[in-house]
This record gives sequence, C-alpha cells and structure tokens, in this order.
Amino acid sequence: MFGFSLKPRKPNAAQTAKDRLQILLAHERSGASPDCLPELQRDILEAIRKHMKIDRDAIDIKMERGEGLSSLEINIEFPADQRKA
Amino acid sequence: MSKIIVVTSGKGGVGKTTTSAAISAGLAKRGHKTVVIDFDVGLRNLDMIMGCERRVVFDFINVIQGDAKLKQALIRDKRLDNLAVLPTSQTRDKDALTQEGVEAVLNELKEEFDYIICDSPAGIERGALMAMYYADEAIVVTNPEVSSVRDSDRVLGLLQSKTHRAEEEGAEPIKAQVLITRHDQARIDKGEMMTVEDVLEILAVPLLGIIPESPAVLRASNMGVPVVLDDPSAAASAYEDAVARLVGEQVEMKIGGERRPGLISRLFGRTA
Repeated sequence: MFGFSLKPRKPNAAQTAKDRLQILLAHERSGASPDCLPELQRDILEAIRKHMKIDRDAIDIKMERGEGLSSLEINIEFPADQRKA
Repeated sequence: MSKIIVVTSGKGGVGKTTTSAAISAGLAKRGHKTVVIDFDVGLRNLDMIMGCERRVVFDFINVIQGDAKLKQALIRDKRLDNLAVLPTSQTRDKDALTQEGVEAVLNELKEEFDYIICDSPAGIERGALMAMYYADEAIVVTNPEVSSVRDSDRVLGLLQSKTHRAEEEGAEPIKAQVLITRHDQARIDKGEMMTVEDVLEILAVPLLGIIPESPAVLRASNMGVPVVLDDPSAAASAYEDAVARLVGEQVEMKIGGERRPGLISRLFGRTA
C-alpha cells in the first residue's frame, strides 16, 4: 500500500511523448511522406479499372505508422453486380 | 444547422490547439457530431494533440486540390465515434488554402457535422484569415499577459472586418468570446498577473471560460489525448464548463486551481 500501487503502472507521460515523437519524426525525416499517396491511389485505381468497373471514390487507403514497420491498408469497393456489367 | 467555430488568438503558444482538441472532444462527448480542422499548413500539430498522428494518410490540402475525397482524409477518432479530425499538410504552404477550396470543404462537412471547429495557426496571415473567414463564432484564446491580450484585440478587430460575416450585407457579426487559459490564481493573489476582470475590461467581449494553469494539459498532450478525455483535472472540468456555455447552457464561472491532494492521499501515494 505504501509506496506502491496495486493498479498497473501507467506509462510515464514524458516517455510516451518521446516515443511518439521518435516514431513520427523517423517517418517524416525519411521523406517517406504520404505525398506519393495521391499518385499511388491514382495508379491503383487505373490498374483496377482496366479489369473492373469501379467508382473513382471506391478506394479507401488507411495507414498505421509504427516503430520499424508501417502498414498500408487499401480497400476497394465494387458493385455486387460487377459480372453483369 | 451546423456551426463553424474558429479557435484563434494571434499570439502563438497560448493554447489554441489544446483548446481546439478539448472543445471538440467535449462537444462530441455530449453527443454532437464534431469535426476539428487543422489550418496550420506546414506545421501540422493537431494530429499529435488528438493522438492520431500515425494514421494520417490524406489531408485538408489533398481534398482542396482534388487529390483525395473528404471521407478519405477524415480521421475518425477511436475513442468517440462522433468525432473526426481533418489534418493539414505538413509539406505544403499556406497558399494552398484557397478561399473557394476552404468553402467547398466546409460546405461538405456541414452535411455531416453539427460543429466544425477550425484550429487557427498563430499570426494573422493567410492560414489564420482562412480559418476565421467562414466562422459563425470565435473562441479567442488569451493568456493574462500583455502580448497575448494585445494580439487578441487585434484578432477581434479582424473577426469584425475580414470575415464573410463582416463582408456580407445584413449578416450578424461573428459571435466572439474570450477563453482565458493558463490562469494562475496564486500569481493573481500576489499581484503578479492580471485578473480576469482586467482582461475583459480591455477586450470588452464576453467570457467563455477560465482554464487554470494545470499539469494535466502537458500530460494530455504527451499522451495524445484531449484533456477532457484524460483523467479528471481542474483544466478538464473548466473545458467541460466552457463547452456547456458554448452550447448555450448557463454555467457559473469557477476560478479553480488544480485540486491539491489531501495529506491522506499523499501519504497513500496516490499516483498521477
């Protein structure tokens, strides 16, 4: 009771701040800026449109930057009656 | 009918982004569909304060320039499902903010959101002017300190002259209110800091709230959590009161510092 708490220790706020900055700045400095994403989006759309009829807005790109690893999630919606088209 | 509210100040470092995050989260907590937009092109920071910096893909400028759809750029908050963030570009400059582009994005946001909070950059240049241009209301963030109060006065002048409501014949002027941040009662008692009354006497606009100087604000920004979504604190409850007033409730103005932990809780090693 005295001196320690039974609750799980909360992460130190200053350490959290430093960790968040390090991850973010590593991405920003590496120049891996998402500036290429509009182009990437266009290219993906074009490639798919060669084979399927899809809407311009049908693409959804999500990114999660992590420590050492980032993930890019690309969702493309197309109408259910695709084959009939 | 949705409302556009600009959070502005002129001077930097007074708490605009902290306030934008806290007010928007506070509105969302009360059930209002809320979006908060970063207008500080080139110096993006709202994403960090909201804790969504790792999820930025497209931004406000991409939407204005037609490179992305609005729904692709909006980041939905993971804690509150009626809260969204529209981040700005870290690489472009303020010239990318065109008036027509800003208007188009705001009009599209109005279709979904009840409140649109515009987080203004410091200064009175393009980004700041664009952030305030279409506002219905303004929150002028002010520290009880000479340069901040002076800059607030300048910004209040711009709100009454350089905005859509100012230019439109017959439109109601922007409703501007002051939010005093970093208020320190101990220093006021010692005569070291201007009082709320002093500041209001000079600026002559209504008071939205008084946010006490509080360690909770730095903690919240370290963690990437709007202060009203973090552990209870004097700053959080002051922001909650400000939000209540913003939506038209009558809430008594409280001047409170951080509640000091009593002897017992200190003895028992209450953390944080």
